[in-house]
Formats: sequence, structure tokens, C-alpha cells
Amino acid sequence: MLAIENYLILSAILFSIGTIGVLTRRNAIVIFMCIEMMLNAVNLTFIAFSRHLGNIDGQVFVFFVMTVAAAEAAVGLALMIAFFKNRESIDVEDVNLMKL
Amino acid sequence: MESIFFLVVAAVAVISSILVVTCKNPINSALSLVMTFFCLATFYVMLDAPFMAATQVIVYAGAIMVLIIFVIMLLNVKAESGKRGSHAVFAGSVLGLFALFQTVWFLSKGSMTGATGTMDKAQIISVGHVELIGKALFTDFLLPFEITSVLLLAAIVGAVILAKKKI
Repeated sequence: MLAIENYLILSAILFSIGTIGVLTRRNAIVIFMCIEMMLNAVNLTFIAFSRHLGNIDGQVFVFFVMTVAAAEAAVGLALMIAFFKNRESIDVEDVNLMKL
Repeated sequence: MESIFFLVVAAVAVISSILVVTCKNPINSALSLVMTFFCLATFYVMLDAPFMAATQVIVYAGAIMVLIIFVIMLLNVKAESGKRGSHAVFAGSVLGLFALFQTVWFLSKGSMTGATGTMDKAQIISVGHVELIGKALFTDFLLPFEITSVLLLAAIVGAVILAKKKI
């Protein structure tokens, strides 16, 4: 097995790319996909540590993260469809109804 | 051999994740994201977690990405006309790179703990990965597992309410 540091650095790179995507893109669906990518980077860390420490608990956590991601996908995409119906756009700069 | 394979797959994962962020068309981003998910499934196999790799492909690359691509095509989202203002792109990139720098710095400073549990490769092969996870899920993590079902119920109700004609 490779040293765990390789997996941790790769996971950090993926997480940072996801962060940059969330902060720089305007399309809500792309932002959503970047969030999924960040969740996946964390999952990789969990599984690498689980293997390194010889403890299965990390993989059970990945299971729960996947459940949360699935629930988030269902509700988030329903929100986007509802927003699109009202505004004809899913640009996050158009989400300004509660702006002062 | 293993490190060469790791480097190749890691390069593919990083390039496809960069494409997710940079592609103008959301469909291209979604397909690059599927590629990233498959690369991560490869890493799970390399880390002796075949069940998590299968779940990754089925749940993420299968279910969630189909849902996202379905919504992209349903809404007929056009390619972005322009990015956010250059200030936002600059600040976002700096913040992301700072997070990366911080993580790598802490990784290089510290050393990994040597604590080892009972799960090793021999046990995974003899007992089976699915059985190990199932045992943990239904003994130590029984309460979180049940709470997860409440979470899924809430998500179903939320999705149905949001999909109504008038909100």
C-alpha cells in the first residue's frame, strides 16, 4: 500500500479545486457539483485514514456522507427547479430577493 | 508499479476536476465530474475498500449524476455568459489555494500516528469487506443508521413540497 500522505495531498488538491469552483462560478448547478466534489475529497480522506489506522469506522462514515449527499441532491435540485420556475435563471447573482 | 498507477489516476482525477470548474457548458462539467468519481472509485479499490468503490460508482456516478444531468437538460441551461467579476475570481482562487497550502503545510509538519486497529488486508480477504461494514453499521452505528432513515424521509418530503406547482 502507498503511503497515506499521497492520498491526503490528492484529497486536499481536489477539495481546494472544489472550493475555488464554489467561490468563482455563477451557475448554481456547477456550484452544486463542486460541493459534491468536495464531499468526495473528504470521503477519500476518510477511507485512507480508515485503511491506515486499521479501523472500519471511517468507511461507515463515508456511508453516511453518501446518504447526506443523496438527500442534498434531491432537495437542492428541487430548489433549483423551483427557483428556475420563478426567475427563468439559475444564476446565483439573480438570487437577491432578500437583499437589502 | 502501484505508485505509477496512482500518479496516472491522480493526474486524471485532478485534470477532470479542473475541467469541472473551468468548463463553460454545465453538461461538460457534469461528465468531467463522472470521470472524477470513477478515479476516486479506483483509489477506493487501491485502499482495499471494494464495497465503497461499488457504492461510489452506483450512488454517485450512477444515481446522483443522472439526477444532475436530468435537471441540466430539463432546465436547458445555456453556457454561462461570463464569470463573476474578476475580484471574485481572484479572491476565490486565493482562498482555495490558501486552504491547499495550509493543508499541505500541516501534513508536512506532523507525522502520522502509528495507532493500528484490528482491520488489515488479511482480515478483509478472509471475512469480507461487506460483512465488516455491515457488522459495524448494525452494532456500533445502529442509532446513526436509524437517524439516517429520518433524514431520507425529510428529504423526500422536502423534494415533494418543493416540486409543487405553487410555492
